[in-house]
Amino acid sequence: MRRMRQLLLLLLIGMAGYFGWMYRPVSPHPWSEADLDTLRSLWFESLPAPPEDLSNAVADDGRAALMGNRLFFDTRMSANGEVSCASCHDPDLEFTDGRHKGRGIGESKRNTRSVVASAYSPWLYWDGRRDSLWSQALSPLEDPNEHGSNRMHIVRFVTTEPTYKSMYAALFGPAPDFADSNRYPSAAAPGNNEELARAWRQMSQQDRQSVNRVFANIGKAIAAYERTLLPERSRFDDYVRAVIDDDRQRQQAVFSNDEVLGLQLFIGAARCTECHNGPLLTNDEFHNTAVLAFPGDLPDRGRIDGVREVIENEFNCLGEYSDDPQHRCPELTFVRTDPELVGAIRTPSLRNLARTGPFMHKGQIDSLAGVLEHYNRAPDAMIGHNEAKPLGLSRPQLRRLEAFLETLAAPSSR
Amino acid sequence: MASWRRCLFVAAMMMVVVASADESNSWLSRSGHFRVSYESDLQPIVINRMHSWVLIVADGDGVPVTGATLSIAGGMPAHDHGLPTSPQVTRELGPGRYLLEGLRFHMNGEWQIEIAIEAGELRDVAVIPLQL
Repeated sequence: MRRMRQLLLLLLIGMAGYFGWMYRPVSPHPWSEADLDTLRSLWFESLPAPPEDLSNAVADDGRAALMGNRLFFDTRMSANGEVSCASCHDPDLEFTDGRHKGRGIGESKRNTRSVVASAYSPWLYWDGRRDSLWSQALSPLEDPNEHGSNRMHIVRFVTTEPTYKSMYAALFGPAPDFADSNRYPSAAAPGNNEELARAWRQMSQQDRQSVNRVFANIGKAIAAYERTLLPERSRFDDYVRAVIDDDRQRQQAVFSNDEVLGLQLFIGAARCTECHNGPLLTNDEFHNTAVLAFPGDLPDRGRIDGVREVIENEFNCLGEYSDDPQHRCPELTFVRTDPELVGAIRTPSLRNLARTGPFMHKGQIDSLAGVLEHYNRAPDAMIGHNEAKPLGLSRPQLRRLEAFLETLAAPSSR
Repeated sequence: MASWRRCLFVAAMMMVVVASADESNSWLSRSGHFRVSYESDLQPIVINRMHSWVLIVADGDGVPVTGATLSIAGGMPAHDHGLPTSPQVTRELGPGRYLLEGLRFHMNGEWQIEIAIEAGELRDVAVIPLQL
């Protein structure tokens, strides 16, 4: 019995020592020149203006942004009159919805991504199945689980509702008259809905094109609004400025020791910047990082299906509805299509991360701590292969990384 | 006479310098059939930017290789993944000068660009290393 007590005491002392060592106060080491280059590359001040969208002639037209803004919040384009873009892209939640998967008329297939800074990305959606903001904006309108509408209904609504009608005409010229119900049925769209598809097929090719043209223009107006949703400076950016200025006092005022240590891990041992690089903390590329399938779902094939869809999409950069007569589309022209893309998912920006959970492409992980745990373990992928390798970080290190990630939130002013 | 010698020495040194600069900026293909160099329209090369190169292909004697078929592969050996895009040679700009479009690198680190060259009967692969 005494022996047991002695052993227990020894064990307690050992554990106290172990945890004492694990959680000992650590001082951050000073930044090297190479670190400084990395910090500068991640800094908000390194972010240029959004790249121009040659496929959208009204991309930077203020009147189009105004029209797009109204359309974005308008529920009248949906089948039940209750769903707008903002139903899932809520400005109060950094233009996400706080759900595992988006919810419009039904439940959508994946987690809602933020619209903020989407103007910078060559690809949209988690699988990159669209290559412009305007072609992306069209897709939910006809998705039965989102707006659940059809392009015939939408173009008729926008070209007859008085405010939109005049806004449209000012931007794109007078819209065609879709009143003739013999030529233009009440509802029609290509796709999987047999009834809508039959009505669509029965229209003449020329009429289908004029509907598509107006439909594309509606997307272009929504895109013009979305292009104005830009990221903002975070506490991390203030810290980088203080480092660049070599202002120690300010550095300490802005970042705690844990946050500095977290940042050191972020650009070092945790290997986050391999994918989360540049001032938006994303390379906008597709990676398989073996996130488990959503309960009840098959593993997500990700980019391999997305790339096929964007190549075939009639509203892509190479298609007839692009406004660039030269069709300069380097991303789509030189897109890769190889099997390495099985299960690959687009890297999200980490700016304002803390307000955009649940995380990952189907909201599989509820907390940032859970996400870090996933990357620390780097399990085998269900399909394809996991590009990430186990990190072997300790609990305190993961906690510091999480503390750092929370410094990427901008003070909300929207 | 002394000045002649000095001139000769300087000229020889310059040739050495030029030759070594040439060596360090060009890469011999695996079987030694071709020597390849490149000029990037993005200087310096940074990640996440789409850009183009001009590939300059010569034979073992330094003569430009015209009418070659070039195909591109590569990736990051340490990460076991390929290129994020599918870059292609779209045209020959002049003798032995080929336009390579659609390059973009999405990570810092060590990259390899593999250029498979087919010219007449000869086939070979040149590998260009790139540290970003």
